[in-house]
Amino acid sequence: MAKEYKILSPTAILGYGFPEESFMRGIAEHPDLIAVDAGSTDPGPYYLGAGKSFTDRTGVKGDLRYMLTQGIKNHIPIVIGTAGGSGARPHVEWCRKIIEEIAAEEKLSFRMGIVYADVDKEAVVQAIEEGQLIPLDDQPIPTAEQVRECPYVVAQMGPEPLHAMIEAGCEVILAGRCYDPVCFAARPIEEGYDRALATHMGKILECAAIAATPGSGSDCALGILKEDSFILQALSPERQFTAQSTAAHTLYEKSDPYHLPGPGGSLDLTNVSFTELGDGRVEVRGTQFVPTPKYAVKLEGSRCVGYRTCSIAGTRDPILIASIEKVAQQVKDRVTNLLLHDDMKGEVFFHIYGKNGVMGTLETVKDVNPHEICIVMEVLSDTQEHANTICSLTRSTFLHYGYEGRISTAGNLAFPFSPSDIPMGAAYEFCLYHLLEVDDPSALFSSEVVEIKN
Amino acid sequence: MKTLPEVAQVIRSKNSSPFKLTMDIIFREREVFDEVRRRNLINPEVVARAYNIPVERIEKLLYFEPAKAIKIGMSRVVRSGAPGDTDVYGAQQHAPLLTIELDI
Repeated sequence: MAKEYKILSPTAILGYGFPEESFMRGIAEHPDLIAVDAGSTDPGPYYLGAGKSFTDRTGVKGDLRYMLTQGIKNHIPIVIGTAGGSGARPHVEWCRKIIEEIAAEEKLSFRMGIVYADVDKEAVVQAIEEGQLIPLDDQPIPTAEQVRECPYVVAQMGPEPLHAMIEAGCEVILAGRCYDPVCFAARPIEEGYDRALATHMGKILECAAIAATPGSGSDCALGILKEDSFILQALSPERQFTAQSTAAHTLYEKSDPYHLPGPGGSLDLTNVSFTELGDGRVEVRGTQFVPTPKYAVKLEGSRCVGYRTCSIAGTRDPILIASIEKVAQQVKDRVTNLLLHDDMKGEVFFHIYGKNGVMGTLETVKDVNPHEICIVMEVLSDTQEHANTICSLTRSTFLHYGYEGRISTAGNLAFPFSPSDIPMGAAYEFCLYHLLEVDDPSALFSSEVVEIKN
Repeated sequence: MKTLPEVAQVIRSKNSSPFKLTMDIIFREREVFDEVRRRNLINPEVVARAYNIPVERIEKLLYFEPAKAIKIGMSRVVRSGAPGDTDVYGAQQHAPLLTIELDI
């Protein structure tokens, strides 16, 4: 029998959950690996900047309990990629603590390898000064000051930094920021499987059953890697992988479905075929890996741009609604004038739901006359206190503003809550999303091996 | 004339990075996809008109045969989650595509 390598992907993001029956069907297939992608930049810049997970601790612990108890009992290795959602050191430590708690509660002992993805900020500054940072998506090169405003800078690791952990006999590998497919692909690549196919399979498995039909981000999928193809299989009877669902998934969140760039090179899908095997399974073949002349990793960093306070209100007054954009601008101007007297600077944004709250300047529908609208007042300033003050001023100015034609003189806004203003803490924006060329794919990534004994 | 929702099974938008939006149109019938592709009925001009933006802002438009789909790329107005952004995931920027009419 030709050799094959089976990977169980329990869920699209660690913490999103999965049906126990699907997971146990996957275990019954005797997988060679249980792997899960725990992260994403989708939820925005806050989580990397603040060092916090966007996933819920209880959810993550619940998913990990199944993976660890079944994995250790059945001698199936486990790999977790982009721990804690963003994969910087505090995210990895957060996930490590959860793993150690479960191990103590379930009396599990194992060897765990931890790979960190944090990059020294001064090394990034030096790379900028030497002109070695390569922009992606037309982004400007950040200044040294902006890099230093990023609490954490991470690099997306390729499979290489995990190899030392595999060689050290780690049953569990907990990795910081990874290129998404890496937690699935590193072990089979180490065993000699084709890098292109392993990575492409990882690219699909990192979303678990999202690529099946009907798709789900909280159900399991099984990938079977062979020498010159791979097979995808759903693990609950209501789902199946079809040629269409798998091919369509290739589009998902990608800017170009034919070329998927990653550490060290790109996947070329130009000649890929998707063949239905007739029982809800799809076989994929033809993926190529095209190495780049020099190995590069993607850096990510979010810098703190101030503090945010917001306030939410509605209005049901047709006279105000008819001139809401104009009134909002007048309120903003008055607040700006009032602030001139104080030594306080801030920015005010109005999100006007019912008009263009969702699409902003991209909104194409201009002439609308809704019977009610929602106004989210967003204020950014250099400290939380200043943001609170400016938000308070904006809210009270708006509430009592005597706009042209007003006949409802007791108050312009309906607040759903008391208190009306919400201090939101530090605000971040992505500032590093650049490639850095490296001589050694593993050199940036430090690691340690720990023995968990219970 | 048919509107896009009449012939597409999926019309969606999403971030492809914190700075880029990507839109997918996945057709129901292979024949319709083939005709749209052959006659180039969906092109950067058509998409730009639907969004009422200059055509230069449509940075990418390609036909993806294996999924009978069209992929469109453009830059976000505000980077994901930065102050003033309206859609962190970029998942609700697809609606103007629903208004496209096809001469088929």
